[in-house]
Amino acid sequence: MTDTIDQAESAEVLDRLVIRFAGDSGDGMQLTGDRFTSVSASFGNDLSTFPDFPAEIRAPAGTVNGVSSFQVQISDHDITTPGDEPTVLIAMNPAALKADLHRLEQGGTLIVNTDAFDERNLEKAEYASNPLDDGTVTGYRVLRVPMTSLTKDACKPHGVKTRDAERSKNFFALGLVSFMYSRPTEPTLEWISEKFAKNEQVVAANTAAFKAGFNFGETTEMVGQRYEVKPATLPSGEYTSITGNTALSWGLIAAGQLADLPVTLGSYPITPASDILHELSKHKNFGVRTVQAEDEIAAVGVALGASFAGHLGVTTTSGPGVALKSETISLAVSIELPMIIIDIQRGGPSTGLPTKTEASDLNLAIYGRHGEAPLPVVAAKSPADCFDAAIEAARIALKYRTPVILLSDGYIANGSEPWKLPDISNYEKITVPFATETNGTDSEGRDVFHPYLRDPETLARPWAIPGTPGLMHRVGGLEKQDVTGNVNYTPENHALMGDLRADKVAGVARDYEPTQIMGDEDADVCIVGWGSTWAAIDSAVQRCRRNDQKVAWVHIRNVFPLPNDLGDILRRYERVIVPELNRGQLCNMLRANYLVDAQPLSKVAGLPFSAREIQHFVTEGGQS
Amino acid sequence: MSDTAVTLTTKKDWSSDQEVRWCPGCGDYGILQAVQQVMPELGVAPENTVFVSGIGCSSRFPYYMNTYGMHSIHGRAPAIATGVATARPDLDVWVITGDGDGLSIGGNHLIHALRRNVNLTILLFNNRIYGLTKGQYSPTSYVGKVTKSTPFGSIDPPFNPLSVALGAEASFVARTHDLDRQHMMETFKAAHAHRGSSFVEIYQNCNVFNDGQFNEITKRSVRDDMMINLVHGEPITFGSDVAKGVTMGDDGTLKIVNVDDVGIDKILVHDKNHHSPSLAFALARLNQDDNSPTPFGIFRSVERAEYASEVSAQVALASEKSGAPDMTALLRSNGTWIVD
Repeated sequence: MTDTIDQAESAEVLDRLVIRFAGDSGDGMQLTGDRFTSVSASFGNDLSTFPDFPAEIRAPAGTVNGVSSFQVQISDHDITTPGDEPTVLIAMNPAALKADLHRLEQGGTLIVNTDAFDERNLEKAEYASNPLDDGTVTGYRVLRVPMTSLTKDACKPHGVKTRDAERSKNFFALGLVSFMYSRPTEPTLEWISEKFAKNEQVVAANTAAFKAGFNFGETTEMVGQRYEVKPATLPSGEYTSITGNTALSWGLIAAGQLADLPVTLGSYPITPASDILHELSKHKNFGVRTVQAEDEIAAVGVALGASFAGHLGVTTTSGPGVALKSETISLAVSIELPMIIIDIQRGGPSTGLPTKTEASDLNLAIYGRHGEAPLPVVAAKSPADCFDAAIEAARIALKYRTPVILLSDGYIANGSEPWKLPDISNYEKITVPFATETNGTDSEGRDVFHPYLRDPETLARPWAIPGTPGLMHRVGGLEKQDVTGNVNYTPENHALMGDLRADKVAGVARDYEPTQIMGDEDADVCIVGWGSTWAAIDSAVQRCRRNDQKVAWVHIRNVFPLPNDLGDILRRYERVIVPELNRGQLCNMLRANYLVDAQPLSKVAGLPFSAREIQHFVTEGGQS
Repeated sequence: MSDTAVTLTTKKDWSSDQEVRWCPGCGDYGILQAVQQVMPELGVAPENTVFVSGIGCSSRFPYYMNTYGMHSIHGRAPAIATGVATARPDLDVWVITGDGDGLSIGGNHLIHALRRNVNLTILLFNNRIYGLTKGQYSPTSYVGKVTKSTPFGSIDPPFNPLSVALGAEASFVARTHDLDRQHMMETFKAAHAHRGSSFVEIYQNCNVFNDGQFNEITKRSVRDDMMINLVHGEPITFGSDVAKGVTMGDDGTLKIVNVDDVGIDKILVHDKNHHSPSLAFALARLNQDDNSPTPFGIFRSVERAEYASEVSAQVALASEKSGAPDMTALLRSNGTWIVD
């Protein structure tokens, strides 16, 4: 087998390709998608991925509930989304076809594993007749490939047991699409050897299956025209493929390095945030300490305790965990210590859709505490952006001595994109001036430490950590007297402290860069986005502008406090549209804060927006 | 623990300038006195000491200590203290909790702190009542207890705090009471010296909502017959007139006997270091079902890996293996490609 890059001259060039791998949870679709992505990344395509899998580890095999899919868009130009509709769908069984066929674009290519379309599987997928024969797949270009049997045949010479051989059919599929779309093969073959090095049989089976798939494409007439997606003209530099959760983990490590503070993570496993716990646990050489706590409440308690002791305390979770941590976050607001709470949002309420995305915790993050307990909230917009968002959250937390909630979601947590490695030496250091001296005198003229004597500019209180002689002090959840921090229940003091806490957090907005208006500043319509809707809005704005429709676009990274210039900007537009994966939470805030007639574009379906949905709303107008 | 140099302090160095605001006559005063008085004997510095409490009457305690302190959230002190101790193994971390705080709302954190063996000295003030919320029954109140929330008597069987601690694999378990300052100080001193989680139950009188709860045990007039002072390596005996002792019956249960009836050789010898917690567990429950005397002192003290040290060891090992932190190498760790 020769490497495809050399022999792809006959291939037709596409500017982009959206491919969706769909199969049973046990079929290895996530792995297959990941491999296709990695190869495309190193080939130089721009790309964006969307893993879409069920909450059950192994839902009943062959059922629609058990379908696990991985969608990836690769292109020769800058893209931000995994694409609205796949151009190619690989369906490994009838259930996958049932779950995903409606997504495939008209005339798109459907590759099916015909071996899996037996009576039993058809029944499990609740097909009354075989969809491959009854007209269901009319209108698509259908490639019928007996992948299971071809894989078994390919593995036979290597002495692989039939059952084991069957498991390699995803590599057959990968080999086939690698041929069809002119992907390099060497990186995958090397990867197979490394990944499964402990088991020679598995290496042999996967290698044989992959080659068989590739050769099947090459030797049969079925495939016909090959296609190719040229490398994108990305800015020059060194790139890696990154998921949001990895970027977020690395961002936390970087923040610790920039602040010269050890990071201590308290966390309790929860989908889709657990990968951050896994990733940080690996990097103890950066001084990172991880505690897998007994519950969500303990996890945030550990983080707060670590912050009190002078570490950068972090806790990672999803919506249900934030609810449980709420009381401790309020304590952190009251005792004014830096802490980062990371919420990888998922579909709710309650357990909801653990593996599906949603951005419906905005209200929870901003308002979800007892008492008047304001805190800054930062939202990441893309997988790679999670790195900078984590650093920003740490910067705010440490500068203002406040808990900060960082919002991400399942879509960007698991999705990946190419990321030009940042030069970490260009990042500004985070200064953490621990208090070392007394800062006041008592009524008898003795030097004392006032834990609530604030910095006049930031209103941050001094952070004196245990081990510092002469600065012993007590903090707690009871209302504290201004300056001294002693327990104080007087009405005037409580009102003052409430004001100070609010003013301190409001002051964070002074540090923001001026809000950038993207697209056409002089348009009548302005889209306001936050979080992971960034990608779909970006594509939608490009589409509108290609159709000569003017659109302005503002993306909000700091969702609380909102940028000081936002109200003036929004009042300039006739229409303000707020696409959100919730029922209008930011939209309501904008209406309340700025008295603008912002219109929500809501989607609460466990899925990200497609660019088309947003474009349609902008073009056709929504109900107002 | 700051074991580099012995720090010379006086009781005054450990007292904050805050007015102590428990009800007059509360048992908490005696405990505070004992702690403030024992601290200079520990040879540690106030700035290296942290008191973390939850919510409840006892949890006001940190305000009165001239150390670093946090009056935190109901039940959560062991979790927060775990964070402090894990981040900073150099500190002495004390947890102040009560029967409601530690065994009801915070039961989960307490058992897991004990299981992990985090280096914490945990003092649980047991007054068998909710005092701060003005008199509801607690998880250590006896069945039949009439309180504001149980006008017809409590139907909840209570926890035995020491059973809970021993069941949670605690490596140091002791019991003392608020009327005996010397015993408290000795117990606190031993608890502090223990590396890992030390759990001390303190019988504490709430003279407002549950007055005299422990009178039948700790009152001077009955003490000799109702309290057993556990001494490591010594036969477990007590009694004012007749020398009594604890022996093990054929069915494995503990029995109170007259020493003269069985001979001193048949009396159990206390071994707080025994690897099995069985005897400690049985002793902890000696007075569980009847009016038997109550053992005090150190029930169990065994060495076990301490959590924060283990965490630090992993950090040190990782640093040794992987070398100095290298952010650029981390960013490259999942493979990269060059775009020209």
